Amino acid sequence: MTTLMGYRRPNGDIGIRNHLLIIPTVICSNQVCSRISQLVPETVAIPHQHGCSQIGADKDRTFEVLAGTGRNPNVGGVIIISLGCEVVDPHALAESIRETGKLVEVFDIQSVGGSVKAIQHGTEIARRMRAQLDAMQPEPFPMSELIIGVKCGGSDATSGLASNPALGAAADTLIGLGGGVVIGETTEIIGAEHVLASRCAAPGVSDQLYHIVGRFEREVERMGADMRGGNPSPGNIAGGLTTIEEKSLGCISKCGTAPIRGVIEYAERIPKGGLYFMDSPGNDIECVSGMAAGGAHLVCFTTGRGTPTGSAVVPVIKITGNKQMYLRMSDNMDVDVSDMLEGTMSLEAAGAAVWEEIAAVAAGKLTKAEILGHTEFSINRIGPSL
Amino acid sequence: MAGQITAGAQALVMDPRDHVATAIRELAAGESITCYRGGEELQVKLLDPVPFGHKVALQDLPQGVEVRKYGEVIGRTTAPIRAGEHVHVHNVEGIRGRGDQAGTGTTSEGSLNA
Repeated sequence: MTTLMGYRRPNGDIGIRNHLLIIPTVICSNQVCSRISQLVPETVAIPHQHGCSQIGADKDRTFEVLAGTGRNPNVGGVIIISLGCEVVDPHALAESIRETGKLVEVFDIQSVGGSVKAIQHGTEIARRMRAQLDAMQPEPFPMSELIIGVKCGGSDATSGLASNPALGAAADTLIGLGGGVVIGETTEIIGAEHVLASRCAAPGVSDQLYHIVGRFEREVERMGADMRGGNPSPGNIAGGLTTIEEKSLGCISKCGTAPIRGVIEYAERIPKGGLYFMDSPGNDIECVSGMAAGGAHLVCFTTGRGTPTGSAVVPVIKITGNKQMYLRMSDNMDVDVSDMLEGTMSLEAAGAAVWEEIAAVAAGKLTKAEILGHTEFSINRIGPSL
Repeated sequence: MAGQITAGAQALVMDPRDHVATAIRELAAGESITCYRGGEELQVKLLDPVPFGHKVALQDLPQGVEVRKYGEVIGRTTAPIRAGEHVHVHNVEGIRGRGDQAGTGTTSEGSLNA
């Protein structure tokens, strides 16, 4: 029986990492948060550009992503640092994360007396919380507890031929064991949505899928833009991808063959078990951050061109079908399935290689992105600044 | 969508309905290559160099027709293409996500419920 090694949270969630997360509610607190994380080992800060001069749905989105990242099961404790006058309410944020039962502290820079005092105060809290988290012992749990995100970025023709189908086979294995999979990137199913829609568990779900794709496509038309300048990206085109349709058809095989049970919002809590679609941008960091905020434990990321992308709170496993790139960027790549292209590695064997890596990472093995300290984070933005 | 890949091909065909194969090594103009489409073995003589990961036409295609890969439509030809030609952005364009054609009646609005 495949098991993961996890930390049981008070609300029943299982985390595969035990992060101490330092959240700036607003761009103005970024520097203080980053400095504390530099001073206290085994802490991670998530600097971002938002938290003030935002309104309506945009303000709510920032809040939900920050709250979701704090609620992610891989996070054991959270320090929230506010400037003191921004639109994101630090106490509401703390409350939303405290509902999970985990350790949460909150303070603002204006009240404690500026950057130096805030760094000092935050460092003391971080040292104390880190010691509490270090006292926790991981325990074995069944893989049915696991939720993974599937993502592709820096795609080339090998992504659709090899790494995405291999990841899809591993996604099927996890769903077969009762675990969960989330796929996103609404932009990157344009031209392939009919294939996914035919796999939806209910007519309402396929209607939602068509709705979000149509809404996105109309936004692109409203901007008067030819998407081809940005998607396929210049790198995608150099790698042999000609159109958005070709890219999308290559993308969707990474989620395997299970029925889609539902379409959820960006950063919305991912239900347990089965396959879900998250309405998210294709942008690598925004998409992974949305999946992490939704509660994914880890993200599997296929790439042909190569990328170092990691995440603040979830391990990101890099999978490639491009041998040359694998050899060139071995510091960043976790799994190589390029032998599929030569016909010397079967789809089953490639899927098994990806699955073994997922199981190892869920049991504590560090990904290349974790070893290199890649803690990328960004929040999808939908409105203007005030 | 992706099946098992047959060893010994220089370019891969993903579905029996496909018009193109994807090169899995650098291919030179004038070279003859072997592909497998469904159970069928195809010999194609290359008219252009085709880089790794790029596509080659398996058959002649007139201008303005749909091009298939993975058994699905990936775009439309913008020029006549002969078997053995490099197929890419110079002779195929996407039909979707074309805000630049908004209002010209050539975008795919309305096809979402197809």
